[in-house]
Parts: sequence; C-alpha cells; structure tokens
Amino acid sequence: MEIIHLLFLAFAALAVVAAFNVILQRNPIYSAIGLIVVLCSLAALFLTLNAQFIAAIQIIVYAGAIMVLFVFVIMLLNVREEEARTDRQKYLKLLAVPLFVALLAEVVVVIRYVNATPPAIPNPNTVSDPATSLGTVESLARGMFTDYVLPFEATSVLILMAIVGAMYLARRESPAEVERIEQALAADSAAETGADGSPHA
Amino acid sequence: MSSVLNSIDIQYVLGSLIKIALFWVFIMITVAYMVYAERRVLAVMQNRLGPNRVGWQGLLQPFADLIKFIFKEDIIPLSVNKVLYIVAPVVVLVPAMMVLIVYPFGPRSAPLPGGEMLSNMLNNLGNSLGYDWALDLRHVNLFVTNFNVGLLYIFALTSLGVYGIVIAGWASNSKYSLLGGLRSSAQMISYELALSLSVVAILIPAGTLDLVKIVEGQGGTWFGFIPKWNVLALFPAGIIAFIVYLISAIAETNRVPFDLPEAETELVAGFHTEYSALKFALFFMAEYVNMTTVSVLAAAVFLGGWQGPLVGSYPWLGFVWFIAKVFFFLFLYIWLRGTLPRFRYDQLMNFGWKILLPAALVNIVLAAVLGVIFL
Amino acid sequence: MVPLSWYLALSAVLFTIGVVGVIVQRNVIVLFMCIELMLNAVNLTLVAFSRFLGNATGQLFVFIVMAVAAAEAAVGLAIIISLFRNRETLNVDEADLLKL
Repeated sequence: MEIIHLLFLAFAALAVVAAFNVILQRNPIYSAIGLIVVLCSLAALFLTLNAQFIAAIQIIVYAGAIMVLFVFVIMLLNVREEEARTDRQKYLKLLAVPLFVALLAEVVVVIRYVNATPPAIPNPNTVSDPATSLGTVESLARGMFTDYVLPFEATSVLILMAIVGAMYLARRESPAEVERIEQALAADSAAETGADGSPHA
Repeated sequence: MSSVLNSIDIQYVLGSLIKIALFWVFIMITVAYMVYAERRVLAVMQNRLGPNRVGWQGLLQPFADLIKFIFKEDIIPLSVNKVLYIVAPVVVLVPAMMVLIVYPFGPRSAPLPGGEMLSNMLNNLGNSLGYDWALDLRHVNLFVTNFNVGLLYIFALTSLGVYGIVIAGWASNSKYSLLGGLRSSAQMISYELALSLSVVAILIPAGTLDLVKIVEGQGGTWFGFIPKWNVLALFPAGIIAFIVYLISAIAETNRVPFDLPEAETELVAGFHTEYSALKFALFFMAEYVNMTTVSVLAAAVFLGGWQGPLVGSYPWLGFVWFIAKVFFFLFLYIWLRGTLPRFRYDQLMNFGWKILLPAALVNIVLAAVLGVIFL
Repeated sequence: MVPLSWYLALSAVLFTIGVVGVIVQRNVIVLFMCIELMLNAVNLTLVAFSRFLGNATGQLFVFIVMAVAAAEAAVGLAIIISLFRNRETLNVDEADLLKL
C-alpha cells in the first residue's frame, strides 16, 4: 500500500459517488455538478497514470468549457425540478438484473485475470528531451503532428462543422417570431410599469 | 500504514508544505494591502483622503476590515438554495488559491540563511521520533514545484472559478444575481479563449509550458542592453500577444472597464448581491487572488519573471524583481479603475469575439512564421 | 503503482452507471450528460492502457475523443434549445414527433 493507492481509492470513490449523483438527482443542475466532480476526479486519476497533459486538457475542455455550456443551457431554459417519471419502459427494469450481473462478472474477471507491469518512464523534468517521456506536451505533440496528423486535421474540420451547425440550429426561426417575442416582452413590461406606477395597486 | 509513510518523499512533502504556507501568507497579505492600496490610490486620483484613521496612515485598515467581516451577521436569505449558496464562495476561492504552487517567485537553489541549522534541527527531531530523515535545506528553490504543464495547470484552475460565480448567481434565487452570473460566465468563457491564445504565441519563443523554464529561458540580453524578455521576442508578435493578454486578463478578472458582471450601478453588485459577511469576503478575496494570478502570469511569461540585473550573484534579488513586476500590474488595475468608464455589454462581446480573438489567432500565425525564420 | 485492473474495473463501473442513466432518465440534458460520462469511462481505459503499454497513442485518442465530445455538446445543446423552444419540454418521451 503506497500513497498512490490511497489517492486512487479516494478519487475512484469520489467519481463513483458523483456518477450516481448524476443519474439519481431530479434537478439537472445537481446532475451537472455531479458530472463536474466526476470529470475533476478523473483528471486526478489521469495524473496517477503520468498523463499530465491529458489531465490538464480534461479540466480545461471538459470541466471548463463543455460543462459550462451545459450549466449555461440549464440556466437559460430555467429547468427546475423534473415532474414525476412516467414509467413507460417497465420491461427495461427486467434488463437491469442481467446488466448488473454482467458488470459484476466483468469487474471480477478484470481484477482476477488482468495483470500488467507498466514500463518505467523517464522523469520529464530531468530527461534531456521531454518527448521521450510519456504524457508530456512534447511526446503528444510529436505523435499528433506526425503519425496522426490526418485525424487531427479531420477533427478541426469536425469542430468547424459543429460551430456552423450549432449556430444554424440555435438561431431564431424567423423575423416574424422575433417580432412576436418582442411584442410579448413590450406588453409584459408595460403591464409591469403600470402595476408599479399606480399607487393603489 | 507505515508503508504509506515510507513511500512519501519527506523532504519534498515537508519542504513543499512549508513553502506553500509561506507563499500563502504572502499572497494573503498582498491581497489585503492591495485592497488598502486601491482605496488610497483611488482616493488620491479622485482628490479625497481614503482610509487613514486605523493605524499610521490607515495601514491597519485591512485587519479592521477582516474583523468587521468576521463579526458581521451571516445572513442566508430564505429562498436561496442552501447547499449551493454555501458551496459557491468556496468553489470560487479554492481553485484561485491552488494556483500558487506554480508561481515562479525566484530562481532555483537560492542559499537559505540559517538553512544548515534548520535542517540539522529538523533531522534531529525526525530521528528522535524514529524516522531517518536526511533533509537538506541549505539551498531552496524559490517556487513550490514545477512541472511540464504548469501553464495549462493555471488555465485549468482559473477556468474552474467560473462555476462558483454561476452557481452563486443561480442559487441566490434573485434576478440581479442570476443576470450577473450569466453575464460573468459568458464574459469569462469569451475572454478565456483570447487569454489562452495570446499566450500560445509566446510559447513559440519559449518552447515549453513549464513556468519555471519559461522564466529561465528569458535570461540574458539582445545586443547587450535589451533584456531578452518574451514581450520583445519575435517582434512584433510578442508585443501584440502582450496587449491582447493584458486586455483579456482584465476582462477575465471582471475588473474595470469590463466589470459588467458586478456593475454596482446597474446590477446592484451582480452575482454576490445576496451574500454578506464572510461569504462575501471570500468572493472579494478570490477576485484579488485572481488579479494576482494574472499579474504573476504577465510578469513571468512576458516580462521575464525574476530575471533582472545582479540576479546571478544575489539569487534573492530575483524575488524582489519578480514582486516589483507583479506589483506594477496590480497598480495598473487600480490606475485603470480610476481612469476608464465601463463598457456596454454588447460592446464587450463584440470586442472579445470580433477583435481580440481574431487578433490572437493571426498573431499565432505571425509568431509561427517569424519563429521559423529567426529561431 | 496502481494495478491496471483497478482502472479497468472503475471504468466499467462508470460506464455502467452511464448506461443506467440513459435508460432511467427522461430529461434530455441529463441523458446527454450520461453519454459524456460513458465517453469519460472509455477515456480512462485508453489512458490506463497508454500508461501500461508505455505508448502515447492512447492519450492522443483521448485528445480526439475530447474534441468530438466538445463538438457533440455544441450541436446537441443547440438541438435541445430548439426542441425546448418548440415543445416547451425537456422530456424525451414527449419529443416523439415521428411516432404516431
């Protein structure tokens, strides 16, 4: 038992508890916070695997950008407590038992039979060329811009498409609808000032 | 349990803990006196006196404020979401404070006065407890630690601070707080991009993401008199990056002229309207710690950190240079606050997305081209 | 060093929690978060194998998975916003326009 085992157990427990929080909460904002905790504890687990760059990117991209988007949308739509669940998928409950048994079997098999000794990795702070160490920016960059340059470029095209698609999907439908909303807002604010303005209200 | 204790590198852990404690106290005192300095300097700029009653010239004012914050009644409004309302200030402050372990305060292995005595004392203490410690504190690094992705670590933690603000706005259950929270998250996400991209241009001359190595790489001079700082590297890419960084850093910390999320005249203080006493103090502290962080980054990445004259012979002088550079940026914040009016929200968004972000992107290309030619 | 099996077991547990979430939850935003949870469980396996093989390819794969997840979140949330605008609900059972 070394300190790294304790760290693993602590962050693994945190991740599992928070993951349950994601699926069991009724209020989506609590689910989102649960997922943020999962992401952060996974980043800590990446650090125990010498993946410093991926850990930092995990926090920056997942926790710092994607989840902020989720929280933002939840607030924008002002989603509150979810109404009672309509149990329309009763047969799925029967599926839960074999799924759970399969999971348990997988965990047992993995813990019993999987065994590997990790190769030694040079300390990136002392080695002369950090690219020879694992998980450093240099080693990942070398892979990304030589062997995997095509997937990398394809990803950039994908992101561009996603930007255009998101803009197209989230835009207002038509000028008529914009006008309708503006009229509703104007009527709303007129009613409000009327109510505030009259001393006998 | 003993195997756990044996697997710990005691010199590293103990040394780091002591250094974290010392730097933490230093940052806290800086923050406290930054608030005092802000009030005094603004007063001078606006032709009034500022706090000058508590102690000589009001120098004890931060402590008086602290005592006031602690003893105020801690009000939790009825309609708030209690758990999130209490968690939010912590979520803002903790990542802000976690950043300080990569601050490059000074050079490696500076001689510690009295270090030999101190290490003997600690070793004897350890031996009498039954551990065979062999601590060597004669030379200390004037930073807590350095690692391969130090700069990304700072960006990662500062990006987590947004949550505290968003959650505070949402949990307060007040429309002003919610508006403030939404504004601030939109602003921080927008300007974070420009902030990170402006630093990317500097990584081309620096060649590493490790803050300590970035500072070490800025030693020496060009032509014997121009300091080899990154702000002047690959001219004009470095200087453009610096300007973009400075503007987006001010927006990122929600300060004047980009202080829309907490515009006290329109949003009644924004996301922390409903907060009082020590919880408000935590938000307040986090804001100033974040200002310190972006100032530290500006000094370390662009202005050579602790590099300066005579550092080679007196390593502790590096600490002084570094602090002087950081304090210059902190003064700049106050100066701007005394000078500039506030932006409008749409101006802010347009400026961030349509000017700063393209400028930062084009600057990366420029830096890359210049880097290929000159490096 | 923590054994490889621990990471794989944790990843299996997280992935299963994600699957269960997709099955039991009816809120489309939470469904989406469960998908992100499953992606992350897979990322953990990839990074663990990368460490135990001493090869950076697994980490590169994780990097690309993250980019895909970001693109997916942007498009997916845009769809959710327009869904909410048209139907005033986030319940996936209500959004069955193609079903009679």
